[in-house]
Amino acid sequence: MAPDTGIGGPGGERFPATRHSAVLAAQSEDLVERERGFAILVETYWKPVYKYLRARFGKSNEDAKDLTQGFFTRALEKDFFAAYDPGKGSFRTYLRVCLDRFVANEKKAAGRAKRSPGTALLPLDFESAEGELMRQEPPDHQTLEQYFHAEWVRSLFALAVEKLREECALRGKDLPYLLFERYELDRDPDEKLTYERLAGEFGIPSTQVTNFLAFARREFRRIVLEKLREITASDHEFREEARSLLGVSQ
Amino acid sequence: MRWLSDRTVAHLRRVAEWPDLGDTKYRVLEELGSGGMGTVYLAEDRVLGRRVALKVVGPGAASPEIAARTLREARIIARLEHPGIVPVHDAGTLPDGRMFYAMKRVDGRRLDELAPRVSLPERLRLFQRVCETVAFAHAHGVLHRDLKPENVMVGSFGEVLVLDWGVAKLLELPEAGAPRDRGPTTPAATAAGTVMGTLAYMAPEQAEGLADRVGVVSDVYALGAILYFLLTLRPPFEGEAALARARGASAAPPLMVNERAPSTPRPLAAIAARAMAADPASRYASAEELATEVARHLDGEPVSAYRENAREKAARFFARYRTAILLIATYLVMRSLILIFLGR
Repeated sequence: MAPDTGIGGPGGERFPATRHSAVLAAQSEDLVERERGFAILVETYWKPVYKYLRARFGKSNEDAKDLTQGFFTRALEKDFFAAYDPGKGSFRTYLRVCLDRFVANEKKAAGRAKRSPGTALLPLDFESAEGELMRQEPPDHQTLEQYFHAEWVRSLFALAVEKLREECALRGKDLPYLLFERYELDRDPDEKLTYERLAGEFGIPSTQVTNFLAFARREFRRIVLEKLREITASDHEFREEARSLLGVSQ
Repeated sequence: MRWLSDRTVAHLRRVAEWPDLGDTKYRVLEELGSGGMGTVYLAEDRVLGRRVALKVVGPGAASPEIAARTLREARIIARLEHPGIVPVHDAGTLPDGRMFYAMKRVDGRRLDELAPRVSLPERLRLFQRVCETVAFAHAHGVLHRDLKPENVMVGSFGEVLVLDWGVAKLLELPEAGAPRDRGPTTPAATAAGTVMGTLAYMAPEQAEGLADRVGVVSDVYALGAILYFLLTLRPPFEGEAALARARGASAAPPLMVNERAPSTPRPLAAIAARAMAADPASRYASAEELATEVARHLDGEPVSAYRENAREKAARFFARYRTAILLIATYLVMRSLILIFLGR
């Protein structure tokens, strides 16, 4: 038996490596590649960053919007992410430390223009992030690190769910996604929803419910791992994040 | 993009933990349940076209030690071919590194759920079957060490299955002809000081972590605790009492069966008390002996654990031979009436 039974298994060769690491891409000399990596990182991290600023630093929504925009545009301009060393910890932690420094520097420079004239704004949907904050429980008992991590997981899963929906639609598999949505996302915790009842709701045999749900879950897992591979810089970091992400509920 | 609540995120984590079955012949269909050692899934064996239960070590518990224990559990079950033990079909390592084994899928009810719905004689018959299975395991050198009603499944065709051999211990069997050892046996995989099992049903020596003193009679104690549950429909130790045992702060016995369920026949209460004796030497020497004692009670015979008074003896005698006694009494009454009638 192989000694390492952690996520990824020996060598981790079974895990998806179909896309390049966005973290490495964001450090690339190639401008196109750098922008591609940067866009993926912004997509994953902007909501955790915004919520972190709102919930943990007590910033107003306008200040949090400016700081979020400012942080990412500054990161792109100043190549914040180029200095990331995978040997010293996860990219997630590095980004949070960068954000803390950025906020501290902005505080010192209070009163200065928040964004350089001519800086392009990132197309971020702050209204949705604000709406989410209204629906979430206040993070009373979490440390800064825990809160940021929790929001990062939420963002990662939300992106994976969206990707699952898109892929199912493209492959003509809307029904598996709808079943997944009904059973895994929308089900009330107190609702005793059986496969038989679900089969009745959707007008299909319960064996098909079982098969479709199994398919959607497998795809969801694949997408989560792909996404995780994309936003980590090394195999080690990927395996550590996967272990942390998928092992917590045990 | 949709918002996910904390509950949904936690649930999706579990969904994402689903095992990667890769190129194996299995396909996961749904989660059946999870415990400390791992999760059990309903899976389809694509080669044979049948559904199986797939136990997978959880990623959070994925240490070499637990992986080794899971493989050991599979091997232990595989060597126990008995109708009361779920057969293992396959075992190995998944492509994502986790250990798994596939076993027969069983539809049924757990004993703790079923017990309140069936009569006492029926509960006792189920209990006998559990004892027989455990006796079989002991005879093959295996201690279960986590016997409790939740680990007994009663199948839809009445089959009684003892589940969850995850903390089972292999014994070194005595040489043929050597005297049978009631107590401690050579430990195979458990260090002293390690407590494995469920406190509410656990023998004191096991609860204290005295692994080298855990033996066949420790399982007998747990069987006695199951009998206690079947008589009272409550575990012997609950809440604070169970925790106190874990801390070693209490060695007090549980409330007597008759204090909790006054209508329980005294011989049965005595059987449970003897099986759960604090001193291992005072318990039944084997699961078989315990089962025989229960069978004697069901057959209306005296049991060794309880000394009857004259009235109880008479009552038991009457209950056992009720039909014959009634027939003889009827015959005598009729005969007397006829003689009186003819004598007139």
